[in-house]
Amino acid sequence: MSDFLLELRSEEIPARMQAGARADLERLFRAEMAAAGVSPGAVSVWSTPRRLALIACDLPLATEAVSEEAKGPPEGAPDQAIDGFCRKNGVTRDQLELRDVKGRNTYFAVIEKPGRAVADVLAEAIPAIVRAFPWPKSMRWGEASLSTESLRWVRPLSGVVALLDSDVVECEVGGVASGRLTRGHRFHSNGDIAIAGVADYAATLREAHVIVDQEERQNLIREQAAKVAADAGLTLVADEGLVIENAGLTEWPQPLLGRFDEEFLDVPPEVIQLSARTNQKYFVCEDSAGKLANAFVCTANIASSDGGAAIVDGNRKVLAARLSDARFFWELDQKTSLADHAKKLERITFHEKLGTVADKVERVAKLARWLVEEGIVTPSPSSREGGDRGQPGAPSPEAPAFAGTREELADLAEQAARLCKADLVTEMVGEFPELQGLMGGYYACAEGLPDAVADAIRDHYKPVGQGDDVPTAPVTVAVSLADKLDSLAGFFFEAMPPSGSKDPYALRRSAFGTLSIITKKGLRLNLRSLFLRTALPFAVRKVHAPSPFKLHRSKVMLDQILIDQNLAQKNGGDVQDLKNRIAATRDSLLDFFADRLKVQQREAGVRHDLIDAVFALGGEDDLVRLLARVHALQYFMDTEDGTNLLAGYKRAANILRKEGWEDTAERIARTGDEDPMENVDDPQMRAIYAQRGANGGLSYTPEAAEKALIDALDAAEPQAATAIEAEDFAAAMAALASLRAPIDRFFEEVTVNADEEIKRTTRLGLLARFRAAVHNVADFSRIEG
Amino acid sequence: MTAVAQRDPKNSFQDMILALHDFWSANGCLILQPYDMRMGAGTFHTATTLRALGPEPWNAAFVQPCRRPTDGRYGENPNRLQHYYQYQVILKPNPDNIQQLYRDSLGVIGIDPLKHDIRFVEDDWESPTLGAWGLGWEVWCDGMEVTQFTYFQQMGGFDCKPVAGELTYGLERLAMYIQGVDNVYDLNFDGRGVTYGDVFLENEKQMSKWNFEVADTDALFDLFNKAEAECRNCLANNVPIAAYEQAIEASHVFNLLQARGVISVQERASYMGRVRDLARSSCEKYAEHMAPRWQEKFPEWSL
Repeated sequence: MSDFLLELRSEEIPARMQAGARADLERLFRAEMAAAGVSPGAVSVWSTPRRLALIACDLPLATEAVSEEAKGPPEGAPDQAIDGFCRKNGVTRDQLELRDVKGRNTYFAVIEKPGRAVADVLAEAIPAIVRAFPWPKSMRWGEASLSTESLRWVRPLSGVVALLDSDVVECEVGGVASGRLTRGHRFHSNGDIAIAGVADYAATLREAHVIVDQEERQNLIREQAAKVAADAGLTLVADEGLVIENAGLTEWPQPLLGRFDEEFLDVPPEVIQLSARTNQKYFVCEDSAGKLANAFVCTANIASSDGGAAIVDGNRKVLAARLSDARFFWELDQKTSLADHAKKLERITFHEKLGTVADKVERVAKLARWLVEEGIVTPSPSSREGGDRGQPGAPSPEAPAFAGTREELADLAEQAARLCKADLVTEMVGEFPELQGLMGGYYACAEGLPDAVADAIRDHYKPVGQGDDVPTAPVTVAVSLADKLDSLAGFFFEAMPPSGSKDPYALRRSAFGTLSIITKKGLRLNLRSLFLRTALPFAVRKVHAPSPFKLHRSKVMLDQILIDQNLAQKNGGDVQDLKNRIAATRDSLLDFFADRLKVQQREAGVRHDLIDAVFALGGEDDLVRLLARVHALQYFMDTEDGTNLLAGYKRAANILRKEGWEDTAERIARTGDEDPMENVDDPQMRAIYAQRGANGGLSYTPEAAEKALIDALDAAEPQAATAIEAEDFAAAMAALASLRAPIDRFFEEVTVNADEEIKRTTRLGLLARFRAAVHNVADFSRIEG
Repeated sequence: MTAVAQRDPKNSFQDMILALHDFWSANGCLILQPYDMRMGAGTFHTATTLRALGPEPWNAAFVQPCRRPTDGRYGENPNRLQHYYQYQVILKPNPDNIQQLYRDSLGVIGIDPLKHDIRFVEDDWESPTLGAWGLGWEVWCDGMEVTQFTYFQQMGGFDCKPVAGELTYGLERLAMYIQGVDNVYDLNFDGRGVTYGDVFLENEKQMSKWNFEVADTDALFDLFNKAEAECRNCLANNVPIAAYEQAIEASHVFNLLQARGVISVQERASYMGRVRDLARSSCEKYAEHMAPRWQEKFPEWSL
């Protein structure tokens, strides 16, 4: 058994590509070995900025000899056929063997494949691996690049070390011949160094100031960075991404602590941290009170002759220059009010079909006000799961209760919405786009705007993903919802919904954020009306006309939308067409939200079949009510009553299906404009169901169990209906649970398929009534189990 | 007459430049003079762009004054200038030891790589304007970007055959570093006490004011259109070098219009597209114009 070392040395490999390159190297190596029938033992892969290395242990010295047989034509076959068989298998006629196959003498070719030296296998594998290497970006270089066919690598490939134990595996790729010579640290080591054998590799490099194992470098950076901070009485702000990046930039990492001028701490801490991290790859530190300290930790690649003093001093200057730029932006931005910054939004296109950012702001401001005026967002600060934790160091960490009136809340929501995008044109956000929102919040605070407005500006992009804080402060909620809904409606109106993996405007995230806010705050609203209202301005844009539509109490109906026919026509718009597009926007948004809600609930651990069972009822567009129903169902299905009722339901449904029973009262197809709730729980419809099912008075004497089921339904139906009315879904489920014993007894004692037609029809009707009663709570046919 | 003194790059901006000239001259480069036009980067010098095309070897080094109107700070920012110098080296094809040569050049101007932390940090370069891109690094010295190091892969939309290595040193930054100065205007220009501020501070003040406040925008728009028209005229008459100059002119006038804040976001993309079109057309025309000659010398080579 032998060990194999491959080192591919190049000019500096980008840090971000190294992890992928290690995985690719191992994968390609294993594939080459598998193809040659070699199974290596343990495989390690390492990377530094200047090399990729692989060590495979316990390789055989040679592959096993293989004997392959091929069956040919029978004895006496035409010469042509026999010659052809020989050619195909690379043997001569006298090498063929004759064997008996089912009583016929048949030619066989036996091909002996001798074992190959693994060194030869490797010599072929190395160039193949190099040529097949899937770098995210690769390049040509040097004299060979006179032709575009020359070898490609991430940066110029300068050396290949290939050793099997202590012998060189001879090969050549792109003009680079393999050998045992490599280079050590770019500055701490001079000239070539020779690797005696595979086992010496890591140690020889270490002598040449190269720690070849990336994990060792990462550990060293993590520990030393924390230590230099602790030595200065500070705490390092841990940042695993920076640890990995710095390990990818160094072969001999040396974390060093430096200080910057305290004056810069006037600049918001997020700006300092971002500037240090993104531009300079520095860690930052906190003092004992958890406040950002005027210190940074950089990771040098040399053990400097002066202990790092010059390096720290140089890095300090660079950071000072960065921070003075940041402070320049911070001060310059504050010379203009947010309201004046916002005027410049007219020059920024939001999307060519949706106008400028200023247009968007105008829509968002009106929508935010509308959300408050319609009572969807109320002054109550209450939230279902506790308050907003806020951002450390942000202007106002606690979301305050809103003490004012609805009108005052509406004013603040509109004001915040009008300013929420203003920071996009500030210098700071131009430099650090990831600070959008946050900087607006700071600037709003600095110019003395109300805290609620500043907080709303700061937080209106939230939540930006799973686990992000969900806003609960009323002003923030209004602006955040309005901003997200406006984007959703706009892109859907212009027929640019996300598709497959393509979601360039992050609409899924917007929908997720909207759902999170609505459910966390328990906001009661009618989604259909909300979507109509939100889509409307995009239709109005088309005809450049003010829209004299009337809105009342959260309920916007399509036929209330009045667009001036003459104006529309003058501007090339067709009112009916626009109304159709508004309706289509609403409908596709409803479907989109239903999908997102399912995903959200699934991720929260709710069974998908229960979600489907409630969604299948259709028409529900109050998310809070819908989720209450789902959660009650989830609870109910975990009880014995739930399981048994489901069994009874399935039995009833099976019989009905087998008998071809058809409900005449099919749910009315969605026309797009009916009252969404009218069909779900309509008392009149229930009467129709009841009559349909029980067929009025019975013309025969029912059996005891039959009578008991009828009585139980008579009692349970109104109970369930009342409970649903009161949105007490647990009580509705309990009412259904009372049907469990009667339905079980019914199946035990009553023959549904009676000989008399009237009994058969009546009993099927009774089962249909039972099924309908259950359907009023959830579509049990969707529930598994 | 005074005898030629030893270079003193640690105390003199001009000696640092002269030391780089000495070094690259000794390593086979032509020492060229700056291009006599306003441009945003040394890469625009024809010794870089146009010479990166074609198969012929080309090794050159030169200083190029660069103008970035929007970076002007009226002489008040210690690091930012609307006019500064780049030192450009282009080596085609790139020699195998180009990184070593670069390292040695830092030694020549007084940077000890065992005292200062030199790092090659990924930074790929792309100029849609020139239809050009390359892979490489920004070179850090103690965390400061002092050089852009690029292997050109395409220029003017054509594959570079062979690839050229381009080094762009930021001279003021390097000098501030070497001289240990925090403010660019405090740099010792000649080693005898004349400062960078003595030479350029008033220039920065006036030019910042002109760039941001004074320049007649109607005249600039007019200049842009004229440069564009002249570029087309040159292309039509098969003088691609002249066309390329007009593309550079249009590019700079566009930068001035940007500084004056009179180009809206929407218009911006359209102006950039026009400049790109001019620059690429000029490079393409140049390559096509030269291709027969190149092929004569390098029969295996094709555009």
